[in-house]
Amino acid sequence: MKKWECVVCGFIYDEEEGLPEEGIEPGTKWEDVPEDWVCPDCGVGKEDFEMIEI
Amino acid sequence: MNPIVVIGSGLAGFNTVKEFRKLDKETPVVVLTADDGRNYSKPMLSTGFTKEKTADELAMATPEQVAEQFNVTVRTGVHVAGIDTDKQRVLLPDDHLDYSALVLALGADTWTPPLEGDAVGEVFSVNDLMDYGRFRQALDGKKSVTILGGGLIGCEFANDLSNGGFQVSLVEPLGRCLPMLLPEAASAAVGRGLESLGVEFHFGPLAKAVHRDRNGEGLVTELSDGTHLKSDVVLSAIGLRPRIDIAKEAGLRTNRGILTDQQLRASADNVYALGDCAEVEGHVLPYVLPLMASARALAKTLAGEATPVSYGVMPVTIKTPACPVVVCPPPEELDGDWEVEEDGNSVRALFRDRDGALRGYALTGEVVKEKLKLNKELPALMP
Repeated sequence: MKKWECVVCGFIYDEEEGLPEEGIEPGTKWEDVPEDWVCPDCGVGKEDFEMIEI
Repeated sequence: MNPIVVIGSGLAGFNTVKEFRKLDKETPVVVLTADDGRNYSKPMLSTGFTKEKTADELAMATPEQVAEQFNVTVRTGVHVAGIDTDKQRVLLPDDHLDYSALVLALGADTWTPPLEGDAVGEVFSVNDLMDYGRFRQALDGKKSVTILGGGLIGCEFANDLSNGGFQVSLVEPLGRCLPMLLPEAASAAVGRGLESLGVEFHFGPLAKAVHRDRNGEGLVTELSDGTHLKSDVVLSAIGLRPRIDIAKEAGLRTNRGILTDQQLRASADNVYALGDCAEVEGHVLPYVLPLMASARALAKTLAGEATPVSYGVMPVTIKTPACPVVVCPPPEELDGDWEVEEDGNSVRALFRDRDGALRGYALTGEVVKEKLKLNKELPALMP
């Protein structure tokens, strides 16, 4: 399981947690997050996220 | 065909270009910037110590890389002298540039109150990546910082500098953290969170003067209640004012910001404004979420499909990990009341209008995760 950080605002998408409130189940891999999904904090698209090591 | 000219290389300017290029690969685009033209994200400037990132590391691309990536011309260090909206021409110091469309992505200026003292010139404000680089350099080997202003930027920097090992004092005349954004209980929670990191608050007085310390190194900030605060560096984070001067001189309509309609059109043909400099149908929102919505809509308009921007629910996340905050301020002037529930540093404050409808909220601590649920209950800001 990996984490992905929004390079614009710092929001972190954690694959392990998913985003159940937005209908993205825990354990959803980044590549399976819908392509039209946007960062809930700043509104940028998936292309503005980078994988981060924790 | 004359190019589309974009003034400004911050998030508003570069994201408009990026979104436009998804729709139109051919039309020439020129970006003019007074800065060094590196692509960076301004919100990241207030978490640089926590993430251990220098100015160079926060730069995502050089202007040359941006130019190549988006097939645009980027002219750096350019100070625009004026705009002739009749001739559709941007006036430069020794030159001019005719445009087919002009995008004003000018950003905002930091506003610093009048201060006295022999060290006023040494007071920092951090409004762009270049400022940030100088600020980081000035802090090298230093231990303490006085921050003027306890709003969004002041509180984020207080948290970040504490994480970076600095002793932080923060001066806020309005008597609490984030006074313009939060109800009192939520402000208090943020204050306790920052205090737990060692931030020392001076609530109530104003900063009057900044002097060099006669008895040693560093600076002394003099407050209106007579307190003298010693620190190595002083950072001003009082507030932002939309940059409207160029627009005003060009005869464009301005108020707090550059006035636009919902299609981001300013009051002259083929001139648009977005981001921190714009006042869109009365909304001045210096945050990334509305900016990104604007960049997408404007890109479509510039590509030939006139598109109004919609502002949905626009929550603001404040990067104070010592006590996380998310706030969706109720509309100004709206009559209603805050309902507040508290549990330690977790505060759930809901603003309801006279009919009992939810119109805003402020969440701190553990309950920030309720944001998405509350967003669904709120009406869109500008559908």
